[in-house]
Amino acid sequence: MKPDKQDNLRFDLQVIASWIEPGSRVIGLGCGEGELLYYLKKHKNIRETGIEIVEERVATCIQKGLSVIQGDISEEIADYPDNNFDYVILSQTLQQVYEPLELIKEMMRIGGKVIVSFPNFGHWHIRYQVLFKGIAPLTPQLPYQWYDTPNIRILSIRDFREFTRRVGVVIEKEAAINTNNYYRSGRIARVWPNLRATYGIYLIGPKLRKP
Amino acid sequence: MEDARHDNATPAGCRAAGKGGELCVKKDPMSEYIAHDSEGQTVGKVEKKFFTFAAPPDELILDSGARLGPVTLAYETYGTLNENGSNVVLVPHALTGDSHAAGYYSENDDKPGWWDNMIGPGKGVDTDKYFVVCSNVLGGCMGSTGPASINPDTGRPYGMGFPFVTIADMVRAQKALLDHLDVKSILSLIGGSMGGMQVLQWAVQYPEMVRSAIPLATTMRHSALAIAFNEVARQAIIADPNWNNGDYYDGKKPDLGLSVARMIGHITYLSDEAMRRKFGRKLQDKEDFSFNFDADFQVESYLRHQGAKFVERFDANSFLYITKAADYFDLAHQNRVESGIEAFSHATARFLVASFTSDWLYPTYQSREMVKAMKKSGLNVSFCEIEADWGHDAFLLPNQRLTNLVKGFLESVYNETR
Repeated sequence: MKPDKQDNLRFDLQVIASWIEPGSRVIGLGCGEGELLYYLKKHKNIRETGIEIVEERVATCIQKGLSVIQGDISEEIADYPDNNFDYVILSQTLQQVYEPLELIKEMMRIGGKVIVSFPNFGHWHIRYQVLFKGIAPLTPQLPYQWYDTPNIRILSIRDFREFTRRVGVVIEKEAAINTNNYYRSGRIARVWPNLRATYGIYLIGPKLRKP
Repeated sequence: MEDARHDNATPAGCRAAGKGGELCVKKDPMSEYIAHDSEGQTVGKVEKKFFTFAAPPDELILDSGARLGPVTLAYETYGTLNENGSNVVLVPHALTGDSHAAGYYSENDDKPGWWDNMIGPGKGVDTDKYFVVCSNVLGGCMGSTGPASINPDTGRPYGMGFPFVTIADMVRAQKALLDHLDVKSILSLIGGSMGGMQVLQWAVQYPEMVRSAIPLATTMRHSALAIAFNEVARQAIIADPNWNNGDYYDGKKPDLGLSVARMIGHITYLSDEAMRRKFGRKLQDKEDFSFNFDADFQVESYLRHQGAKFVERFDANSFLYITKAADYFDLAHQNRVESGIEAFSHATARFLVASFTSDWLYPTYQSREMVKAMKKSGLNVSFCEIEADWGHDAFLLPNQRLTNLVKGFLESVYNETR
């Protein structure tokens, strides 16, 4: 796998972008200021849709020419017909979702392939802080205090793998990455990913697929 | 205010908004947007034109089944139609607006067109790029055929003999105008309030012509609340003895009724917050209550002023007919289908929907309902709820967020289809 390194796209988004087939229909849930969607529209000619709750970010997206709807992802997703998209992307938002299982089921319903990325709570830095300092983790990837964090779900790469087995979906692609330099660069953590990766990125699909 | 041309800043309103004269202009957006553009960007001098069609026996056939003709539409255009005709932006106006959306008729005009802050060189709807068309609605009184026009059969004003028109009828008339202008494709339609209803109807009625659409602060069906306000406004006119069953063109006009109707309208265009900030309980030119029914409070004075200004330029019968057209509007019913989803399934345009947080006439939930129907029918739609304090009027006020959204969206559609 070779990430698309263009337009100064964040490293984790480069990885996701490299998984998207040109010309496909893509929805980004919690798409922020639309960095990934804009990149994909420009370089891969995708038909994009984004959902974002913050007005400022939605406006930024629309000003860039992206089709984005202001709203809550768990509510907005319900309006789309089955298999409306080729890819459904949830980038670094899973840890903030109130009902992740329901959301992932909905994502599987509206799209053929689901891409999920999240900060890895199994990273050694976090383990170190909990184990030796006895404090709730505070890292560049998780810069929040316990009282102001939007991250209400704690999961690691190992947790997510276990989760996919339990709910019956297949991991088609997986990238455990280690980012630095404000995400502009990074590398794939192949050895001991759950200990060394700051983020996990997964492409999952339904278990029973026609050959 | 729906038309943005009334004089919003009474001297008292001005004092209410700020402590000094200058402060007032800065703090009170409602007085700002009727002023000349501070940057001096304008489409410049414009001319109201007229197009007459549907002469008997080829009258315009209306939704009611009635035939109307000949029909005249007053219209204005800004910018230049490009060679392949791909840069047309049509701007339907709201309840009491007119064809004068931007620019000036003469250097002495004290106010520009009603959407001069949005339409002009380098503005949200950039007249250096796009060819903008705005026409007065069918049933109106600003140059288009309406109840105040002369009925060729009688030689007298139509009055109550004017047939009922719908939003779709207004759209049909605009289509005839565009045919006349040799416009075959519309890059985008943009309109707020009742203008937004026409935008929606256009996208469903002539899908092959409409590439994108921007309905603002609007609804796909008029709510009971909106109908209720309109009905009270109509009753105010009808109860005026001068109304005389619509036959008042030779004598005294129902000014009292029409001004009360306008006062009601103005309440719906503001918001609790806007009124609190603009007026609060401040008194008008007095230290204490008068203990009579003069205008004690500034808000009373403001409404009376708006009512009095309105009767100078608007026809009471037109007000009755146009409010009824808005009340009849239900996108599904209008297009003889079961639901909004089904109606939008006839459309192909790319949409940008925007609502305003403090709009209680067409609240955000109505825009969301519209967006939901568009999503379900597979349309490409964007939606933004803009934080704004000024109620329904917000769509007409200078708003950088709205301007940027419109600008970015239009550019994107223009680049896609070039």
